[in-house]
Amino acid sequence: MPDFYIYLAIMAGITYLIRILPITLIQKQIKNRFIQSFLYYVPYVTLAVMTFPAIIYATQVPAAGILALLAGIITAWTGGSLFQVSASCCITVLIVEFFMI
Amino acid sequence: MKTLTKNNTFCQGIKHGIPIGIGYFAVAFSLGIAARNAGLTPFQGFISSVLANASAGEYAFFTLIAAHASYFEVALITLITNARYLLMSCALSQRISPSMPFWHRLTIGFDITDELFGIYIARPGYLSPAYCYGAMAVAIPCWATGTALGIIMGNLLPLRLVSALSVALYGMFLAIIIPPSRKDKVILGLVTVSFLCSYIFYYLPVIRDFSDGNRTIILTIAISAAGALLYPISQEEKNEEENNA
Repeated sequence: MPDFYIYLAIMAGITYLIRILPITLIQKQIKNRFIQSFLYYVPYVTLAVMTFPAIIYATQVPAAGILALLAGIITAWTGGSLFQVSASCCITVLIVEFFMI
Repeated sequence: MKTLTKNNTFCQGIKHGIPIGIGYFAVAFSLGIAARNAGLTPFQGFISSVLANASAGEYAFFTLIAAHASYFEVALITLITNARYLLMSCALSQRISPSMPFWHRLTIGFDITDELFGIYIARPGYLSPAYCYGAMAVAIPCWATGTALGIIMGNLLPLRLVSALSVALYGMFLAIIIPPSRKDKVILGLVTVSFLCSYIFYYLPVIRDFSDGNRTIILTIAISAAGALLYPISQEEKNEEENNA
């Protein structure tokens, strides 16, 4: 029977290494224009990819997720804070699911 | 920005960490249910979440424990489910001040998650360790107690509430990617293309069988590389961004 704490040491150790290797090894500003641009775009692309379509399937009914997405985009576009945008999504889901379920 | 003391920056990190913590709590709660099914004690769930703080990685981890998987399998799956943090860590390495003591890299790096990465890169200029620690001070306890409570209480939280809380994280992502999209047409284009491609990949035969993490990596590399080739950022733009800091 494998031991839980050995499992944990492997999982936590590898997770930590993945997270700290680049940030500790890359100490200089990268001069290459392509890599610079690539790393500049990575955050926006990766967050967009993770948001959609996942948000639709996070809720009990897809319509709630779609409307939450729209509410979030509108709130963010009109200058809402991080907390306001997040809250607008949650409240939209509560309201939509209240009427649909 | 310069007038902010370290203390203020820490508090701002806490403030921005709160919506993350709320979302984490809900997600960790459901993660705890998976840990409970794998036969973990609340303490084991708590300590796993303190040390790893990775939703997909931990979910896979608990599933593997339940299946009595080999140590090698645990190592391999952990590598695959968390590989996207390599990219995020690369991106963050470019936002670190040359004057920042080295050990901060070891502690900031400890908690690179999708959400924390999101709020870190949303801040202009060099990354402030105090800000990171403020956000981590909320995020890690919420994540770990959520996991432990999920193991203890199972399915007690009303489904309606779980459902509403589960979009909190996506709301935060939107708050990070939408405002720059409004200012920069290239980012707007990349975000739109990312939404579309991600949607297509979700249903495309063969590719849809890849894990969420792997689809995220493939799309991130492909779309960011295309963006970098077609619209390389100019040095002036970068300087401007740094001056705004």
